[in-house]
Amino acid sequence: MDELTRLTIFGLVTAAIYFVAASGLVLTYTTSGIFNFAHGAIGMVAAFVYWELRFNPEGPGLSTPVALFLVLVVFAPLFGVLVERVLIRNLQGASLATTLVVTVGMLAFLIGVAQTRWKPESRVVRGFFEPDDVPILGVNVTWHDIITVIVAVAVAVGLRLLLYRTRIGVAMRAVVDNRTLAGLNGAQAHRVSALSWAIGSSLAALAGILLAPTLGLEIIALTLLVVNAYAAAMVGRLRSLPLTVVGAVILGLLVNYVPNYLPKLFEKDTLPSWLTGINNSLPILMLFAVLLLLPQERLGGWQARAGRRVRVPSFAQSLLGGAVLVAGAVLFVAVLGDDGVSIGDVSFTTQRLGLALAFGLIILSLVPLVGYAGQISLAQMTLAGVGAFVMAKVAADGSPVGLLAAMAIVGAAGGIIALPALRLRGLYLALSTLAIAVLADNMFFPQKRVFFTGSLEVDRLDLGFIDFESDGAYFVLLAIAYALAAVFVLALRRGPFGRRLLAMKDSPAACATLGLDLTRTKFAVFAVSASLAGLGGALYGGLRVAVGGQDFSMVQGLPILLLAVLGGIATASGALFGGFFYALLIILSADIKSIDSLVLFAPGLVGITLGRMPEGVVPDLADRSRRLLARLRSGPDPAVVERREQRAALAALDSDIPLGAPLEPEQVQALDARLGTEEVTPVGVAGD
Amino acid sequence: MALLATKHVGVSFGGLRALDQVDLTVEPACVTGLIGPNGAGKTTLFNVVCGLQETNAGQVLFDDADITKLKAYERARRGLARTFQRLEVFGSLSARDNVLTAAEIHKSWSHDESDPEAVTEELVERIGLHDVADEQADTLPTGMLRLVEVARALAARPRVLLLDEPSSGLDEHESDVFAKLLLDLAGEGLAVLMVEHDVPLVMEVCTTIHVLDFGKMIAVGTPAEIQSNADVQAAYLGGATGNGDA
Repeated sequence: MDELTRLTIFGLVTAAIYFVAASGLVLTYTTSGIFNFAHGAIGMVAAFVYWELRFNPEGPGLSTPVALFLVLVVFAPLFGVLVERVLIRNLQGASLATTLVVTVGMLAFLIGVAQTRWKPESRVVRGFFEPDDVPILGVNVTWHDIITVIVAVAVAVGLRLLLYRTRIGVAMRAVVDNRTLAGLNGAQAHRVSALSWAIGSSLAALAGILLAPTLGLEIIALTLLVVNAYAAAMVGRLRSLPLTVVGAVILGLLVNYVPNYLPKLFEKDTLPSWLTGINNSLPILMLFAVLLLLPQERLGGWQARAGRRVRVPSFAQSLLGGAVLVAGAVLFVAVLGDDGVSIGDVSFTTQRLGLALAFGLIILSLVPLVGYAGQISLAQMTLAGVGAFVMAKVAADGSPVGLLAAMAIVGAAGGIIALPALRLRGLYLALSTLAIAVLADNMFFPQKRVFFTGSLEVDRLDLGFIDFESDGAYFVLLAIAYALAAVFVLALRRGPFGRRLLAMKDSPAACATLGLDLTRTKFAVFAVSASLAGLGGALYGGLRVAVGGQDFSMVQGLPILLLAVLGGIATASGALFGGFFYALLIILSADIKSIDSLVLFAPGLVGITLGRMPEGVVPDLADRSRRLLARLRSGPDPAVVERREQRAALAALDSDIPLGAPLEPEQVQALDARLGTEEVTPVGVAGD
Repeated sequence: MALLATKHVGVSFGGLRALDQVDLTVEPACVTGLIGPNGAGKTTLFNVVCGLQETNAGQVLFDDADITKLKAYERARRGLARTFQRLEVFGSLSARDNVLTAAEIHKSWSHDESDPEAVTEELVERIGLHDVADEQADTLPTGMLRLVEVARALAARPRVLLLDEPSSGLDEHESDVFAKLLLDLAGEGLAVLMVEHDVPLVMEVCTTIHVLDFGKMIAVGTPAEIQSNADVQAAYLGGATGNGDA
């Protein structure tokens, strides 16, 4: 049998699956403007549900058509509509960081749910009509493969017909072009968006089920389908379905050709060890190639939103805050000792509480990057991992040189890995940092000289005259490190560099026309942020004593971004809050049996709910308490008054509500719903 | 020789010719006007000059050098600064910090001796931002934000200042004050190129006026010449000469 023919046929089958996944991604992105990071996770959950219904020995054992019907026509679309109604609808006009956190939260949540529900064991999903096959061009192709290709063609034709031949399809395209205008012309943007999420979710499920027989029911592998789909869809810039077909075919062929032909280029037909993991990384490498070949985006204004002004502490205030933190840590250790305190079954040792500070430091590294500069990174835990690795290799005796080396090397690495992304903005940048995290999981951390399959010992800092061997001393060290880093980050914010970062976030175009080299500035902030993450990682390694690649995986990194935004992405106190929250989840999950999965899905849940509190918990609480104080002093809450005035304006322009009549509760509700979704300026007045 | 010039510049968006063989010259120490109906290509021409829009044809010359291939920030460092019709204010910074940031960016590459803080205070006073300097920019009214953008552009120490509809949002008195400011700036040697819909203001302050229509430069001349130009009357001014706000 001709090998090339065989690989090409299988390549096209793979391409068919990637296309199905990618088309769902493109459909939801174009019609709702929200990139669904959880696209692969939905497919993953669907594949597991399909397994439950069809193959689980303890399940109902339904027939294939019934199980498929339930998953593809009932479960997945309902899930899509639910997500659209509950989460996505609120996100119109929200900042990219918020929309991203919500779908990343959903991704983390679904992974957590799956890890809780389906503990690792051997599960088999058989393909359709297995093991029958048919010879095509001398290659034995299974019916499953043939069906896969037919399904992909049907999806392509079906989407084309839907978008160009049906009323709702035309409305979908109209909503993409101009949401407001389409709404004024009678298109119901919500219905369109709900339908596209239903179809998108169903397509993700279909891709998951088609992929499961070859890939196996692996939670992370199936979830990463989103990266494959994204690589294919990027060829069409997330817009064009025909170009997405091209992307899927290239990727499908690549993942079949490379594992077969690449080893032949080397001695004894085996890959050198540094190329281990390349087969799983092909979609990511293709993605980077596409990103690099894309024309640079034109500079436009950032969608500036009137955000809350986050108060920046003065130098003295930040010093005081840092001193309080360190004094608190010293006091804790002095009074309670290394073993800390136990409350019920839960023990708060200094080592465990140290997690809060170490994670807080890694979260703090996101403050200049995301909070000030508006750039987004999902690879912060990866960078922390590199920091721990450097500390382990350089400072075998705990020498401070290790920490400095971790900061310097990770800082440089952060700048370099950001390079392909520097020309890009927003979403593409976020996606490429996710890809970098996956790439490190596949190709860097498993290297023999790095973490390999086990873990590396990381020595705790030893300054010669004082060491931090005991857990209590190390806890104090972490407090000092956090305090210094926070003072540094806040000083950055008050200075010229911080102003420049905020300016760049608000208007890249204005910055460029004032003579600011945006690429260099982004490079600098990536380097600063990476350097802090490296420090955090090195200290985290020392806290844990031994760490491995799994501690810094892409999945471990998701809570970091989610909790950073939870605390308030532009504040040092918020980062510490995020760190404590995460540590608390870990401690509670470890000590209380009944909630041992909490840490798996709680961060995702947090991310999902953040859509309603986009500035984070700490600034929100501060703002609420200020408003409450103001009300106690001087009457009603200005926000409430403003809403009342808006409501009155809208009511006055509504012919169904008599002028001057008091509003019924239902009317208030209806008006508020409209205020939440549309401009207050009504059509009749604008047309005058 | 003109300080800033475009030679046969052409820009197409798909099938639409936004700019077609456009020549423009801007001289130092005077205010040059650029007018034309909506959609004539004025803002596109601004974007071409400052490097935010690539051209399909033609050249941009600054101080006798061809800057067509330079990036936006490199052009800014040669001495081009601009304001935006669709405001590009740094909304999360105070009005003062908007100006200060520009002064700091200038200092970061030029290594001139001036103190950014002092430059900022001087501009805040001069442009009349004193009362709102500490307000966060995205809480200010549009007219005020246009002035913030002017002050910010000046903080970059430009040799050519490009103003895109600076007076919209200003009341009559503010507009008069602004006209005086422009004449003062020109008097100090600055070259100002201004897109403006307020025709009386243009007639008052500009030495030379360029008229753009459907991507083509249809007339260049003094205010008097433009007023009596039949093509311009037909294309743009029509009955609007009297009341200004066309």
